Formats: sequence, structure tokens, C-alpha cells
Amino acid sequence: MSVRIRFDGEEIAGRDGQTIAGVLLGAGRRSWRLAGGAERGVFCGIGVCQDCVVTVNGIENVRACQRTALEGDVVEREAR
Amino acid sequence: MTRRVAILGAGPAGLAAAEAALSAGADVVVLDEGERIGGQYWRHHEQLTDRRMQHQHARFARLGRVAEAATVHREASVWRVDTAHGIRVHALVGPADGSDREALTIDADALVIATGAHDRALPVPGWTLPGVITAGAAQALAKRDGAIVGERTVVAGSGPFLLPVADSIALAGGSVAEVVEAAGVAAIARGWGRAPWQLAGVAGKAGELAQYAGGLLRRRTPFRFGQAVTRIHGQGHVEAVTVQHVDAQWRPVAGTERTVTCDSVALGHGFTPRLEAAIQAGCDLSPERFVVVDDRQATSVASVFAAGEVTGIGGADTALAEGAVAGFAAAGGSLDDRRISGAVRARKRMHAFATRLATHAIGPGWTGWLDEDTIICRCESVTRARLSEYAAASSRAMRLATRAGLGACQGRTCGRTVETLIAADVDFDRRPVLSSIRIGELARLHHAEHKEQE
Ligand SMILES: Cc1cc2nc3c(=O)[nH]c(=O)nc-3n(C[C@H](O)[C@H](O)[C@H](O)COP(=O)(O)OP(=O)(O)OC[C@H]3O[C@@H](n4cnc5c(N)ncnc54)[C@H](O)[C@@H]3O)c2cc1C
Ligand code: FES
Repeated sequence: MSVRIRFDGEEIAGRDGQTIAGVLLGAGRRSWRLAGGAERGVFCGIGVCQDCVVTVNGIENVRACQRTALEGDVVEREAR
Repeated sequence: MTRRVAILGAGPAGLAAAEAALSAGADVVVLDEGERIGGQYWRHHEQLTDRRMQHQHARFARLGRVAEAATVHREASVWRVDTAHGIRVHALVGPADGSDREALTIDADALVIATGAHDRALPVPGWTLPGVITAGAAQALAKRDGAIVGERTVVAGSGPFLLPVADSIALAGGSVAEVVEAAGVAAIARGWGRAPWQLAGVAGKAGELAQYAGGLLRRRTPFRFGQAVTRIHGQGHVEAVTVQHVDAQWRPVAGTERTVTCDSVALGHGFTPRLEAAIQAGCDLSPERFVVVDDRQATSVASVFAAGEVTGIGGADTALAEGAVAGFAAAGGSLDDRRISGAVRARKRMHAFATRLATHAIGPGWTGWLDEDTIICRCESVTRARLSEYAAASSRAMRLATRAGLGACQGRTCGRTVETLIAADVDFDRRPVLSSIRIGELARLHHAEHKEQE
């Protein structure tokens, strides 16, 4: 069972039920956001630090570690 | 009339509270922002979690069945708790950070606050590199997603929690280069070797820890005492760390540096209680900044109870015992009742265990491993040097000028560290809105409330 999302214009497959962070990590991606010009990814893993935020289907600031990936989700990087 | 008990948090403390409150005849409503019940200890996903990472399943399965007799709101982010005119809890229900979640308001006769804790990770030069995560993140990702952050991880910090973290990383397919514990062998022998009969009383916990230690031995994972990761190296991602001896005050000892190759680091230097709901409810805090409770787990606010990590860091078994007492008392039960005497005894045993965690308390010397340009506030990329410029200013001026603690996480990650570095309390835990909520959602709620009053 797998789930596919789009990230950076690429299709990425993960296991059904994984969070967006889980799918990205499973595909070997460890960072997906810029903060003060440097790459960031997951840090606290439980929704507290906000380091992992991405834009999902046009909605900004979604915590990748908290949101379950759904088939066809379009995930975009954020920068601040 | 049946008493209605609202429970904030569905971790071990909240679930035990629900079970006990139901047994005392209350109508129980549980709210948790997670997709599933279980909190941090029982974080799981039906298909993705490796059963070997799940401890005390029998207890969890029983609590899960009990919860069916209560009303459980999952994915319910509680953003406000009112206690001024009766108890009222406000939540938004729906997928994490969704843009149109539903508003939910719960009125209750009593409230149990069981919001738990999150990891505390001390800053280390290089800790913002991708591949550095908290120990709890390593645990959560392994349990919930079956995911690892790197192939070869150094697990570092302090406390017995590092053991299950190393175990889970290995079970999820990663390898642990070493486990680095800042407390020294002498301190650990003093802290844990004394009064071993107290440990006998918590055989379950000791057995669980022994199992993790066995795993480390089997996999030949080195375990270092009295050492710390004092620098993380890499261009764009983690390539290695410096591991160094620290003294009893956690001051790094010059000349003892070693380089360990790795592609990821899991840092955990203890836990910070999630106090904002209790503070908003008006509960008194202790000087150590935990919610003050009496024998019945009652807080300083009438009809408001608290249990679990918010009242002191003691782990899952302590949370279970405290939760049961809190739920029973919140439902109007008396501690003399035979049905709760087991939990009262368990709580006493577990508190004896919890005092041993002081062995792993953060030593003041850790600031010795910071550079001037080490980022302290991750959200706003505020460095130590920038904070020092404002050390003498009022905390408010410091916050406004540097923006430390004013970023997206609201000081949850750096708050305690900033206070240490500027040697002043900033009261980061006082937050007007308790969880992530969009301005649009807030505006809609406001609008709806006005309509109601018209
Ligand atoms: C990431 C992490 C992983 C851990 N893993 C382990 C482990 O594997 N083994 C172990 O022995 N200990 C672990 N711990 C330690 C843990 O603190 C205790 O074992 C135990 O879970 C504490 O129980 P509790 O009920 O007090 O709190 P928790 O289990 O933390 O439960 C608190 C609950 O409250 C909810 N909550 C908080 N605020 C809100 C809000 N505003 N709105 C809605 N819901 C809210 C949270 O979602 C959470 O589910 C871990 C801690 C962390 C932070
Ligand atoms: S990693 Fe901290 S909020 Fe997602």
C-alpha cells in the first residue's frame, strides 16, 4: 500500500498512513525549508517546533510531522 | 445529576484519568490534538508501528476499550481554557493545520489537565543542520512512521529516555554510532545505586530499561558516560560530531575531544512540561515550574486537576498512577475508596523512582560548548551573541529587539535556554492561544461568537 505526493515537481511514494515528513524522509529528503538562508527539515517530530512547515495544496504553514500524507497532495517548500 | 469531567490530553495520564472517572460514574469527554489516542508513550499507527517498540500493550488495549465508553475527540486542538465562570474548553477539530476545522466547545463540572511534555534539546554549534533532531523526534518518527533520519545516528543528551530512543532507531533499520550520556558514572552510581529496593517496587520500569540495555549490548553500541556532543560538523547536512568529556557541572573538558562520523544526531536533555493550558486556567506553578497539586491531584483552581508530566517529569508509569487519582477525584470520588487505593500506592512508588531522574538534570557548565554565533532561537535564527547584547535589558525589550522566542514556536523550543543565557525569567509559557491556529479561523470564531450574542 502506498501513497504518492508531489514535492519539488517530483512524484514521491511513501507508505500509506505516513506523515508528509515520514514520506519525505523515506525518500531520502532531509530538508525541505529555508530559514535564514539555511536548509531545515524535521526537528521535534511532535508538532512543537514548527521547523518542518510546508505548503500543502496551496495552504501555507502545515507541519509536515503532524499531517498525514494523502494521495495526490502537492507539497511545496517554504522560505523565511 | 451526573458530573461531567473534561480531560485535556489522551496520553497515559489522560487515559488513566478517563478510566477512573468513568469508574466513579462520571460522564467523560477527552480531547487530544493527535490523530490517535496514546500520547507520547503510546504513539502509534495501526499499520506502521513495529510492535516491538510498543510497551505495556495490554494496559493500552484496556485503556482503549475503556475510552470507548467516553466521548473522545481526536484531532482536537484545544486553543483556550476558561475557568472564570465554570469550566469551558474551546477546540478546533480537523486535520493538523487545516484551514477550515470545526469549532468545538465543551462545558464541564471538572477538568483534568494532562498535556504532558516535549523534549528539551540544548543548543550545540551546528544543531540547525538537517539530520539533527530531538531524541523524541527519533522516537516519534520510528514509532509512528517507521522512519529514520539517517543511516548512522549519535544519540546524545541525558536520562534513561536515551535508551528506548537508541533501541527504536535500531529496530527501524538505522544504526546507532554511540549513546552519549552527560551524567558521569559516579553520579549515576550515586543516583541509581542507592536504595535499590525502591527500584524493586517499579519492576516493570526496571525491566523495560534492562531490555533496552540488553539491546545496546547485543548490537555492541558504545555507551559513554560523562560525555557530551559539543559540536556538530557538516556542509549542508551532518557529517560528524565532536564528543567530549564534561565535568560534574557539564563543563566541557579541553583536550578530550573525539570525532565520531555520523549522518544524524538525536539530542535529548530532558523534558519541558506543556504548561500553557494550566497557566491559562489559572493554576499555581511551583518554583521549579510544574503545576502544583495536592494529594487528590487538585490544582489551586477549584475543580481543576492535573496529572502526568505537567506536574513533574516521571515517565509513563507515574503519569498512569497520577492520572487515575486525578480522574477519580475529578469525578467526585474519595481517596479512601478501595477502587483507587492501588493507584495511590503506585503513585508513591513511582515518585520515589522519579526523584532519581535528578541525576540527569542539566548542569550549568553546558554553555561552555556554545560559540558566539551558535543559533539559540531556531525560528528567528537569533545567535548567542545577539542575545548577549540584551542580557541587561528587560526581558520584554530583549524579546522585541532580538525576536528570540517570538517566532512560530512561541519559545517552546528555546524559551528555557534563553532564560538561562540572559539569567532572567521571561515567562515564555504564558501563551494567549494554546495551540497552532490560523488567523482566519480565529476571525471566523470571533464572528460566530458575536452572532450568538446578538
Ligand atoms: C516525543 C516524545 C516521545 C516519548 N517517547 C517515550 C517512550 O517511548 N517511552 C517512554 O517511557 N517515555 C517516552 N516519552 C516520555 C513521556 O513524556 C512519558 O512517557 C508519558 O507519555 C507522559 O504521559 P502524559 O500523559 O503525562 O503526557 P503525554 O503522553 O505527552 O500526553 C499529553 C497529550 O496531550 C495532548 N495535548 C497537549 N496539549 C494539547 C492541546 N493544547 N490540545 C490538544 N491536545 C493537547 C498531546 O497531544 C498528548 O497526546 C516521550 C516523550 C516525548 C516528548
Ligand atoms: S518537526 Fe517540530 S513541528 Fe514538525
